[in-house]
Amino acid sequence: MFRRPLDLPLDQDGSSKFLPWIIAMMVYLAALSLAVAMAIGAVAGRWDQGLSGTMTVQIVPDISTNEPDQKRQAKTTRALERALTLLRDTPGVISAEPLSVEDTHALLVPWLGEGSLVDDLDIPRLIDLRVDPETGPGLDTVKRRLKGVSGVLVDDHGLWLERLVKLAHSVEVIALAIVLCIAVAAVATVVFTTRSGMAVHHGTIEVLHLIGAQDVYIARQFQFHAMVRGLHGGLAGLGLAALTLVVLGTLAGGIDLPLFPALALTPWQWGGLAAMPVVSSAITMMTARITVLRSLAKML
Amino acid sequence: MVRFENVGLRYGMGPEVLRDISFGLAPGSFHFLTGPSGAGKSSLLRLIYLALRPSRGLINMFDRDVATLPRADTQDLRRRIGVVFQDFRLIEHLSALDNVALPLRVAGMSPSRIKSNVSELLSWVGLTDHLDSRPATLSGGQQQRVAIARAVISRPQLLLADEPTGNVDNEIAMRLIYLFGELNKMGTTVIIATHNEELVSRFNHPVIHLEDGEASMVRSPEKEGV
Repeated sequence: MFRRPLDLPLDQDGSSKFLPWIIAMMVYLAALSLAVAMAIGAVAGRWDQGLSGTMTVQIVPDISTNEPDQKRQAKTTRALERALTLLRDTPGVISAEPLSVEDTHALLVPWLGEGSLVDDLDIPRLIDLRVDPETGPGLDTVKRRLKGVSGVLVDDHGLWLERLVKLAHSVEVIALAIVLCIAVAAVATVVFTTRSGMAVHHGTIEVLHLIGAQDVYIARQFQFHAMVRGLHGGLAGLGLAALTLVVLGTLAGGIDLPLFPALALTPWQWGGLAAMPVVSSAITMMTARITVLRSLAKML
Repeated sequence: MVRFENVGLRYGMGPEVLRDISFGLAPGSFHFLTGPSGAGKSSLLRLIYLALRPSRGLINMFDRDVATLPRADTQDLRRRIGVVFQDFRLIEHLSALDNVALPLRVAGMSPSRIKSNVSELLSWVGLTDHLDSRPATLSGGQQQRVAIARAVISRPQLLLADEPTGNVDNEIAMRLIYLFGELNKMGTTVIIATHNEELVSRFNHPVIHLEDGEASMVRSPEKEGV
């Protein structure tokens, strides 16, 4: 017979009925933005890890003289061996491995096709150089070291890699900024809904106040209501976001782009996304509580 | 228990609706507050149940100066005051039982104790068959009894009733005053605002009479011949 209903019929408010839907949309957008931020961050990290500490040394054949091919190739091979010796003797160098002529040709096949054209070209010989990222020689040191070797070009991939990583980090920051904007918008929505609820139930709030209800008693009713709405909306938004990410992941899985590793999330990152409904309900609850307490403080 | 010293009240920038009100109520006393409509009876009650602050003067409630009361303490004082509002102010979506339970609930009483206390009181006021009824389904008299039950459920030290006899016939009005008298005998200080001079004259209680915003203390209309 005896039950414990809310003193304020907040479920019947028109404005509060939309709150779960609004929260669901916000959590959906925030989850997608966060997923992008996390995935891009991981990709940028992989680029950094994968390419830092690597350099490519080219020994370019001297084609300015009319030497016979065999002589020119012999000079290039000598230069290559000289460069390898110098590099392997340099402190901090982990490995210096030459690419075979066949491997170098294989790199050009996708652009020039198979056949005699590739065989006829004077192609630079390549050395894959790996140095200790912390103690190994930098680009300038390697260049100085190889100064006496003819036809040497050193590339540490830094220029294009730096731009790519900057772009990735910019996207990451923008995605996080979007998440922050969504959170601010969610807070504003809850403030508006709570104030609207307080206006609708002003008479009841006044009665509660006059019979001695402390502010936290009244605030508790709003915050519980907002928490439940936030949780419902958060779960709906997360479900939709998870579905979207799975579909996008499946579609992206069919595209083979070596430079762009798969935008897959780790279990920890999925765990982070799974916490979003809890976060959304906590934000709505605390926002409603603070809004009510601040409004009630103005009452006698 | 209640002491007013030169209290004045104005709403906004308007004229004073109460002027130089001074009186004191001893614990366990029973007072009528009389005066014509618009004399300021409801405003005076609102000052006593702390819904308004005076524009000037001193109000002392339960030995506390109202002007310097911290917010949390104000609510503690309010819990010692029961109010029967003129328009009852029952909460429409709550049952009679839940309406009456409100003061106990806000005071943090356990649900089991609330249930037994509320059921007993509603039975005492003759509403056993309407425990789960919403206010809209109750008659005016039944709503009034729910309002009274809500005002007294927490055994307040001070009970205020604003025109409790306004919408009932003389017989019911007499019974209500006797009911408040019973509560008074149990130690509750009672103030009843009414413009029904005839009803007041039937009882031998002191009267605070308000006229044009000014109060005068009359011991008893019948005895003093006022």
